[in-house]
Amino acid sequence: MTQPITASFKLDYGAFQLAVNLELPGTGVTVLFGHSGSGKTTLLRCIAGLQRAPQGFLEINGHVWQDSEHNIFLPTHKRPLGYVFQEANLFPHLTVSANLNFGLKRISQPPSPMEFHHIQELLGISHLLKRMPDSLSGGERQRVAIARSLALKPEILLMDEPLASLDIKRKQEILPYLDRLHQQTRIPIIYVTHSLQEVAQLADHLVVLENGHVLAAGALSDTLSCVDTPLAQDRDASTVWKATIIAHEADYHLTRVTFAGGILSLPVIDAEIGTPLRVQIYARDVSIVLEAPVFTSILNVLPATITGIVDDNRGRSIVRLLVGDQMLLAHITSKSAQLLNINLGMAVFVQIKGTSIIN
Amino acid sequence: MLTSADLDTLLLTFKVASIATALMLLLGTPLAWWLARTHSAWKGIINAVVAMPLVLPPTVLGFYLLVLMGPAGPVGQFTNWLGLGTLPFTFPGVVIASVLYSMPFVVQPLQAAFTTIGEQPLEAAATLRASPLDTFFSVVLPLAKPGFLTATILGFAHTVGEFGVVLMVGGNIPDKTRVVSVQIYNHVEAMEYGQAHWLAGCLLAFSFTVLLVLYTVLKTQPVTHQLK
Amino acid sequence: MPVPNFTRIFITATLLQFGHESWAASVLVAVAANFSKPMTEIAAEFEKATGHSAKLSFGSSGKFVSQIENGGPFEVLLSADEKGPQKLEKSGLTVQDSRFVYALGKLVLWSAKPGYVDDQGKILASGDFKHLALADPKLAPYGAAAVEVLKKNGLFEKLQPLFVQGENIAQTLQFLITANAELGFIALSQVIENGKIASGSGWIIPGDDYTPIKQSAVLLKRGAENPAAPALMTFLKSAPALAIIEKYGYDLPK
Repeated sequence: MTQPITASFKLDYGAFQLAVNLELPGTGVTVLFGHSGSGKTTLLRCIAGLQRAPQGFLEINGHVWQDSEHNIFLPTHKRPLGYVFQEANLFPHLTVSANLNFGLKRISQPPSPMEFHHIQELLGISHLLKRMPDSLSGGERQRVAIARSLALKPEILLMDEPLASLDIKRKQEILPYLDRLHQQTRIPIIYVTHSLQEVAQLADHLVVLENGHVLAAGALSDTLSCVDTPLAQDRDASTVWKATIIAHEADYHLTRVTFAGGILSLPVIDAEIGTPLRVQIYARDVSIVLEAPVFTSILNVLPATITGIVDDNRGRSIVRLLVGDQMLLAHITSKSAQLLNINLGMAVFVQIKGTSIIN
Repeated sequence: MLTSADLDTLLLTFKVASIATALMLLLGTPLAWWLARTHSAWKGIINAVVAMPLVLPPTVLGFYLLVLMGPAGPVGQFTNWLGLGTLPFTFPGVVIASVLYSMPFVVQPLQAAFTTIGEQPLEAAATLRASPLDTFFSVVLPLAKPGFLTATILGFAHTVGEFGVVLMVGGNIPDKTRVVSVQIYNHVEAMEYGQAHWLAGCLLAFSFTVLLVLYTVLKTQPVTHQLK
Repeated sequence: MPVPNFTRIFITATLLQFGHESWAASVLVAVAANFSKPMTEIAAEFEKATGHSAKLSFGSSGKFVSQIENGGPFEVLLSADEKGPQKLEKSGLTVQDSRFVYALGKLVLWSAKPGYVDDQGKILASGDFKHLALADPKLAPYGAAAVEVLKKNGLFEKLQPLFVQGENIAQTLQFLITANAELGFIALSQVIENGKIASGSGWIIPGDDYTPIKQSAVLLKRGAENPAAPALMTFLKSAPALAIIEKYGYDLPK
């Protein structure tokens, strides 16, 4: 499915109002990011039809699921979607196998045994089929829940903070499965989270919500580097670049990767040349110099152009830069910004002190 | 020893209790479901009406039923119009009175069970293509089984032990409305304590057996449901 | 455990103190349900005349008998029949020779519908009704009397299938008032007002059709030491009391 998703909803609960008007890509992972109360879960539930916004229009894959002007509202059970809840929400009276089969009996074109088997393998649950939900760990339960919704061959997969109820260890256990899911299925995924780590790891597309309104929406790197969102001002603000391994320098224990803005040297990565990966660069690890430094211990120095500056009035400037085609965020002190006298459009160099590889 | 008249009252009692329990489950389930899920302003009122028999003395409820179902009462006029005659002093009349009187014992455990299930499994079922009715049978019923067990036991037991209403509405007619609790009462009033003991003993033994079977059979049944 | 003597004396003294606090004592009376209205009036007169008060408890005579047998706190029983007091006598719970008939109950065939029951009770023979209400003959003397009347008139076999039985005559009256039963046998005292049947229609059944319903009073041992209890027994035979009893449709004992 490549047709864009149109989603526009308005609802008013008095204390909370939602008003969004979004066009989302029909492929990849779109993350709805925001703090609690920002409306991200409400938006997801409106898309699923679990909540009915009095005013709304929703078109997915060329099909209208809601059009309040024409009084169209497809009930949830008639929408070809998959939904993963924060708590796995497995049926406690059914085995894992019966949970997986629950939806299959109710769709006209169930997956072939091969496909079904593949989904179980993808999520690593083949050995759990005869167990009851209450004998599973939190991570296992969530993997079964994801498989249960995938088995329906949905046109869209909606995930509501699927990792939020898990501890860090379980999160680490399940993230690789989500990555594989991302890479191996073509189903568009809308993923709700308040975790920057999950954003950095999974998002292709990012929608930032606050108080029921869209603060920023677009491709991941663009949105991440919008200087005036809470994302950019967070202490852990970062930018994520997609890169590919091009060489290993065994003597120095380094690996060279290429990205849309140039080449980076990274601590050695145990992967073959040509492997795609995501590089996360924290804004606090980026410094700015006016001229290319001749003598520096920092390996990664790249030319950049300043495209945005915001002062947070607490002694810190959030600077957005363009490195090649890629956006980058830098946190520097307000004093430095003044001393360097940086302004929009200025050509500078960035020094990247550290990076982290996500996958 | 038990006389054949005593045996008849035992038989009649279990006939009344079985039919009344079946009716209460049939009517009480949708009612409890509605009460557990609605946000309607009527909820409080309906809840109060259902719980009324818990508060009203049975003979008072019986008296009102006598008035309502009598030839001058609205229900009586309706049943007369249907050509059914009036309900007091008849077997169906006693069953209906028992249903009304024992209803809270069926509705309340069911309502509690439905409330405990909550919204989540229903939403999960909806995202797995199950219509609301489908969800009710495939998810709600199996999850609410302990509630149904309690409702059945309480409803049945309470109808068996029920006395005041039947006394009022039944008119103590052998084989039609003379249930065992009335018979025991009559024995006691007539100072036939020996017969009263026998009958009460039988009632206890039988009720205990029924409840034991319900508890053990229904509770030990495996919860796994084989889906194809 | 033996109770020290001085404690026992103290308790007894205290109890006596309460028991004889004043000469105006109070007596607890168990009253058959059918006699509740006249007894309320009599109690008021009793209080005026003697200064003693009577606390009345209304219910079925059978229930009172079993309660008294099991330690019930009553001091005087006004039963609807003779049987209960006789039984208590045998159990040794009564004051010797205290039993007497305070009223003779009168049976009436009554319907809530005016003009329905004729003054000869011919309607019974015509049998054009669905339900005939009466109190359980095993439990209530008025029910037993009704059966006697039917048997004497040769109607028992024919009408028995139409019986609906109340546990007592109060409940039987409810069957009739709500019109669920077209007619039935109750106590005249239940429907009488100012000496005549107040509403509906009725046939006061001649006394020789049934064994007299001897409503009997008995003084219980529990009340032997209470001056108010024998005082009430005496007052029941006084002219003002007899006038009230008669007003409520009872015959006076000869």
